Amino acid sequence: MKFLVQISLAVAVTFAAGAALSSELGDVDNGKVVFKKCKSCHAVGEGAKNKVGPQLNGIFGRAAGSLDDAKYSKSMTRAGDDGLIWTQEILDAFIENPKALVSKTRMSFRGIKDADDRADLLAFLRIYSDNPADIPEAEPTAIGTDHDLDPAILAIQGDPEYGEYLGSECITCHQTNGTNDGIPGITGWPTEDFVVAMHAYKQKLRPHPVMQMMAGRLSDEEIAALAAYFKDLE
Amino acid sequence: MKLNRRIFMGTGIAAAATLAAPMVHADGHAKPRVVVVGGGAGGATAARYIAKDSKGAIDVVLIEPSRMYYTCFFSNLYLGGIKTIDDLGHSYGTIAAEGVNVVHDWAVGVDRDAKTVALAGGGSVPYDKLILSPGIDFVEGAVAGWDLSSQNAMPHAYKGGSQTELLKAQLAAMPQGGTFAMVAPPNPYRCPPGPYERVSMVAHFLKANNPTAKIIVADPKPKFSKMALFQEGWADHYEGMIDWIGEDFGGGDVVVDPNAMTLSIDGEVTKVDVCNVIPAMKAGRIAELAGVTDGNWAPVNAADMSSKADADIYVLGDSSQQGDMPKSGFSANSQAKVCANAVRGALTGSKVFPAKFSNTCWSLIDTDNGVKVGATYEATDEKISKVDGFISATGESAELRKATYEESEGWYAGITADMFG
Repeated sequence: MKFLVQISLAVAVTFAAGAALSSELGDVDNGKVVFKKCKSCHAVGEGAKNKVGPQLNGIFGRAAGSLDDAKYSKSMTRAGDDGLIWTQEILDAFIENPKALVSKTRMSFRGIKDADDRADLLAFLRIYSDNPADIPEAEPTAIGTDHDLDPAILAIQGDPEYGEYLGSECITCHQTNGTNDGIPGITGWPTEDFVVAMHAYKQKLRPHPVMQMMAGRLSDEEIAALAAYFKDLE
Repeated sequence: MKLNRRIFMGTGIAAAATLAAPMVHADGHAKPRVVVVGGGAGGATAARYIAKDSKGAIDVVLIEPSRMYYTCFFSNLYLGGIKTIDDLGHSYGTIAAEGVNVVHDWAVGVDRDAKTVALAGGGSVPYDKLILSPGIDFVEGAVAGWDLSSQNAMPHAYKGGSQTELLKAQLAAMPQGGTFAMVAPPNPYRCPPGPYERVSMVAHFLKANNPTAKIIVADPKPKFSKMALFQEGWADHYEGMIDWIGEDFGGGDVVVDPNAMTLSIDGEVTKVDVCNVIPAMKAGRIAELAGVTDGNWAPVNAADMSSKADADIYVLGDSSQQGDMPKSGFSANSQAKVCANAVRGALTGSKVFPAKFSNTCWSLIDTDNGVKVGATYEATDEKISKVDGFISATGESAELRKATYEESEGWYAGITADMFG
């Protein structure tokens, strides 16, 4: 029964998305080469064990921070509790800029900026995730909308005075002393990280409902203003 | 002439006498003065933000009778044994150190022509702008058989502090297998999920200490905030303990007898051991005395929280009638920031930014089992209007519920730091 549902879903998605998908799924051989950047911390394939980072078999569709024996940051565990699932789209966003998606992740890796390399890497990793390997077009490997931020958005100079006023709404929960208990600290972030993170909530790539709602009504200028204000706190 | 904070920190009477001296802005005094009545989530926040952001350009006087403020939010967690009363108490020391003149006295009248606030201790305080954030009072005669003189026998525990402690003591002293009754309030009232979180926390306490006890809730409403979430939680965690009697079954037809300790619901009389009566509410009395109420609440303009009756008076939080926001500490804190920005602009010409409001209410059902509801709002000509919202879902994972509870603890630390420094 489940098999049938998946097939019909796959067919539906294929019809909807057309031929463009196959090229976007990436080149597995090059993905294996790109994976060398990950190998010192992550294992994948038969018998893969957790190393510094969790093993990546079955990563597609797995909840963030959910392997029992792996070590995760508090941020990663919280993201998983909030409902972050590693889909193609989310993995792509994470690999591009890990800290933009999960602020205090233990993964100290600056990210892969080349979109083709990321697509190839994910095509390689997908081999070790059961269902997506069988049905390439089905969730969670379906390719989502492009999450790249327009450079013009990143270039906006925020008004810190407006940011202070808008930020008064943030500090009802996020304390100005940067405390990280229960609710993460947001002070002293590089402007770009802050802007990318807020847009990730606005686009609902990051999972938290309160933050999706709060970011959802902020304009690009307002997000820049907040980033400009919180950058200099602490 | 400069105001001396230490004098204001003294006893109410001494402070009042000093304030009555002619150190008035209105005619030629160097600085404009804002008087804030009520040191809760609305008033303390407004006082702090105006003092902080004006950098000394505005005199800020906060009139609040209590020396320690006990938050009403999280007081249910104290009833459940999860927090202590000390966890809920906050002093005004930091606010005073930051330059707010804190006067511990009752405001008992407002002369809108002379622009002064009269104090119970004598004397009066002149203002250029007056912010009223007095919380709630109860509608007289709302629950048959109950008035304020019955609040020891049948506590409301709907203002933080001694009433909460009294209810907790009565809960702990209940005989095994006894009955805890609650008379829930009609809309609108402070903290919509509050009575039902309280039921959950009372059940949590009883389950551990008095497992054969029963809880009866008489409710004049057909439904309530987060109803599906609470009912799911009650069935899963406190099966058979809680009997909620809504409007359909006569929950609004209630008579209490504080001497006999009985509760009559739809004519059926029950002997109870504890009776928590939460009557219908209205704006804190000073709003009525100032003449800015219309019916039970004080209508305000959404853009800046100014009273519709007087452009120099602002009303925040529970007392205000503003539109779609629930009456909550979070709402009051949010409104205070919009108001502080507008008041500062009006008095010093500083930049006034557009109003934005938000609210989130977390409730605890059982240990590590938190749920939340929230929304964002904007100011329209007519009212504060809801933009977008969310609510926790039934059937959520234990991990998410725990994360939600931890988030609520983070919020409590955040908002109290925002209010009290």
